[in-house]
Amino acid sequence: MKLLTCPINGPRPLEEFAYGGEIREMPDPQTCSDSAWADYVFHRDGAPGPKREWWYHVPSGTWLVAERDTASDVVSRTYLLGEA
Amino acid sequence: MTLRLPPQPGEWIDRATPVNFTFEGQAYTGYAGDSVTSALWGAGERVLGRSFKYHRPRGLMSLANHDINVMLEDGTAINMRGDVLPLARGMELRAVNTLGGLKGDKYAVLEWMAPLLPAGFYYKAFHKPKALFPFWENVIRRMAGLGVMNPQAPRGEAIKQHRHCDVLVIGAGPAGLSAALTAAKKGVRVILADENARIGGTLGYDHAGQPTALETLARLQSEVASHPNIELLPAHYAAGWYTDHLVPLVGPSGMIKVRAGKVVVAMGAFEQPAVFRNNDLPGVMLGSASQRLIHRYAVKPFQRAVVLAGNDQAQRVVMDLHQAGVEVVAYVDLRPDADCTVIRQLGIPIYLGNCVQEALGKHAVEGVRISRWDGQGHPDPDTSMTIACDGVAVSVGWAPAAALLYQSGCKMRFDDAAQQFVPERLAPGMFAAGRVNGIYGLEAALEDGERAAREALGLATGVARAAETGSSHPWPIVPHTANKNFLDFDEDLQLKDFETAAQESFDNIELMKRFTTVGMGPSQGKHSNMNAIRVLARLRGEPIPKVGSTTARPFFHPVPLGHLAGRTFHPERRTPMHDWHAAHGATFATVGVWQRPAYYGTDKAKAVEAEVKAVRHAVGMIDVSTLGKFEVHGPQAGELLERFYTGHFVNQRVGTTRYALLLDEAGVMLDDGIVARLSNDCYYVTASTSNAATVYREMTRRLQTWGLEATIVNLTGSYGGLNLAGPHSQSLLKLLTDLDLAALANGGVAEGMVAGVQARVINVRFVAELAYEIHAPAQDIARIWLALEEAGRSVGLKPFGTDTQRLLRLEMGHFIIGQDTDGLTNPLEAGLQWVLANDKPFYLGQRSLKLLAEKPVSKRLVGFMLEAPPATLPDECCLVLRAGKIVGRLTSIAQSPTLGQVIGLAYVASEDAAPGSRITIRHQNGRDVVATVVPTPFIGVAP
Repeated sequence: MKLLTCPINGPRPLEEFAYGGEIREMPDPQTCSDSAWADYVFHRDGAPGPKREWWYHVPSGTWLVAERDTASDVVSRTYLLGEA
Repeated sequence: MTLRLPPQPGEWIDRATPVNFTFEGQAYTGYAGDSVTSALWGAGERVLGRSFKYHRPRGLMSLANHDINVMLEDGTAINMRGDVLPLARGMELRAVNTLGGLKGDKYAVLEWMAPLLPAGFYYKAFHKPKALFPFWENVIRRMAGLGVMNPQAPRGEAIKQHRHCDVLVIGAGPAGLSAALTAAKKGVRVILADENARIGGTLGYDHAGQPTALETLARLQSEVASHPNIELLPAHYAAGWYTDHLVPLVGPSGMIKVRAGKVVVAMGAFEQPAVFRNNDLPGVMLGSASQRLIHRYAVKPFQRAVVLAGNDQAQRVVMDLHQAGVEVVAYVDLRPDADCTVIRQLGIPIYLGNCVQEALGKHAVEGVRISRWDGQGHPDPDTSMTIACDGVAVSVGWAPAAALLYQSGCKMRFDDAAQQFVPERLAPGMFAAGRVNGIYGLEAALEDGERAAREALGLATGVARAAETGSSHPWPIVPHTANKNFLDFDEDLQLKDFETAAQESFDNIELMKRFTTVGMGPSQGKHSNMNAIRVLARLRGEPIPKVGSTTARPFFHPVPLGHLAGRTFHPERRTPMHDWHAAHGATFATVGVWQRPAYYGTDKAKAVEAEVKAVRHAVGMIDVSTLGKFEVHGPQAGELLERFYTGHFVNQRVGTTRYALLLDEAGVMLDDGIVARLSNDCYYVTASTSNAATVYREMTRRLQTWGLEATIVNLTGSYGGLNLAGPHSQSLLKLLTDLDLAALANGGVAEGMVAGVQARVINVRFVAELAYEIHAPAQDIARIWLALEEAGRSVGLKPFGTDTQRLLRLEMGHFIIGQDTDGLTNPLEAGLQWVLANDKPFYLGQRSLKLLAEKPVSKRLVGFMLEAPPATLPDECCLVLRAGKIVGRLTSIAQSPTLGQVIGLAYVASEDAAPGSRITIRHQNGRDVVATVVPTPFIGVAP
């Protein structure tokens, strides 16, 4: 069982967390093209490598950012959004 | 005949406590501290089990916790290994896998069929003629498997515990003890686990005629026992390694899940059998097994022994046997040039450069045939001779117990000089010490344990010393024309089975494993994989590193299912009124984690009908405490909701409520609820029961990414709620509150006292034209419920449950997200254009809906009535057809007691969405049923 470090609660077992997907920049819906929007909504980059991901510590309701290499499954850093 | 020796120093048995037990119906006596195997062997028994496939008689092989020759059942537990099962008074044991008992196992006839049952036979044989296959399948299924499960066996309670430590040391032999002490003395918390009942490893049995090992053991034992930083866990094996150093230790009473900072693997090595004809005959055992018998259990392994040697440890075995009074009639060394000075002095006949070709005897060893050989698998038959003996101790090589290292991602390499796999690159936080590193000498092992601990603590860096040579022979394998030279004892695999596999091109290590099933038995290759790799390398003409090894997965050792099973905890949430519901005959339904009344009573149809009637003609009341309930505070609270939901909320007047629809970014409907504005900067939001957690989670995430000045408070658990519905609801509620209910018409909200409790009253129209939701703190809501129940008796108030609620809302024409929508439904299909505030700059899903709106809507959700309802109604999900093509599906259907009609919701082709259209539903019985599209709400539009 993997450990993940919650910025508020410290290292906790993975079963306390929910995965929230990769953090992706939303294009400006007012100005972006239809295809750019569709790409944002439907396409995910599944290629293994370093990602910034949303994780949620369920018992405390904490959203956090994890920098994780999905090829090696090594989490290099976790922090609250905006505290990068 | 008893083979007990006089008391041995350090023996595990307690001679003052004899223990009576039965095995195969016969009575025996052993001692406390015995294993079942040692007690039986000490009583002179030789045949202790039957092999898996050919049912050959088997004795003991390793006596080292992974010996699958002796597997026992007692009517409750199955497949208990005799070498680890502590002897207990009154045990009634049988061998598994026999027909008619161990001695006269009728399945032994299978051995005569062996030529018909080569490796992989079940892939080929018995498939033709096809008609007979079920017969053969039945036969094979009956014979396959080990042990007969007793479904009536009482449920055992296996305890699960959690522990944390800085350093977990697995294996309490010399290296492990040294590592644990080194770490503990540096002030860190250490857990030291060992699968044996007592710690010490080789110190406890590998004495080589010298008692000094026991002095070292006693010193280390007392140091470990008295050190406050060490928790000692004997009789616990490490079942596997999981990410971030979670190691489950399995012991007699349950499992301890250890989360370690660092792990030192000092699990030692498994002694490996030699391969020769009849190498499984009872009486042929590993050298270390004979030493364990002598020093742990004071059992004399044999009277007249032949020692087959292929390494330096064999002479230590000779010395221990000699000291125990065993007559060693021959020392047979596979090597031509071994230094035998020590045993020569004992006067033991020495045969260098010889191999054992076969063991002789029917049910136990009566002799061996030896001959000279070239060390490469070619015996010289002209030199063969027979030696009478009643036992063979085999000491030819070792394989590291590296399963946990492999699991952690350690890269292993084959050390040619040592003839052993050793770690090449360890995973972070993992350290290895002792025999897994190929280090066998006592002093060297102690030193290696210390080194590993210092590295684990970051006090030193470096590499383990080089693996020692001389412990494993490169080719302890002797072919025989009559076969029965076993490589894998679990699965009865002979040398020729591997040759067959290679001939059939299964000559990759993974393919060979699957074709022959080598290493797939209960001991998972602990005594077979190394020899199998050697054989494969030779068959392919390649060095061992090119052949590689198979993957070691958890578990390291079979774990009883009872240790893995959960304790059937089933957490559920109950509302503040739960006890009242139970006392009033509610039939509960599980809704997510909640228990909710489905209806009151036991006859569902009757109960629902009465409850519907109460709501339509008098008043009803349902517990809605399970709804998601949030408060959103702050100057930008409205802005948050406006982006989150599809409607307008910034301009919402205080004291009003609005419908809230949540979409995802693709425009799919996720949830709905209501937003009540309690003050300028406070909104009260509800979400459906099953989506409450997700909505809260998503709202808090969006709040962060949008960076708005607002706070979300989750009141789902701390607030309760009830819905009072029906024509008398207003007059009833008036009796309990001073709030101006008339002013609440059309979705108003007010805060005030209800039945003496501070509450929020919301006018909602989900289940009835006139209804009020009353929300109050969880500790108070039951008071309102009880007051309403009492006051409502005179006007016919009935509580109702979720089944009734579903029918009531259907009559009202309301859909339920998740019931009447799916993961692709958008609001355009559901007819919800009116809640899409497209004049806003942004809401979740808006951009996608803009794209969708440019395309024609192919299907729409509409209400229908069946024209001539069949006796059995069509099920939800029945298809809606148009000109033979699927256009939609039925999502809700029910007999409406109010209307006396069958009503429902369905997706139909857009062309058929207008009231009056006729649609075709394909009933589950295959017939078509015709329905008419009608406007919703259904009630008030009686036909």
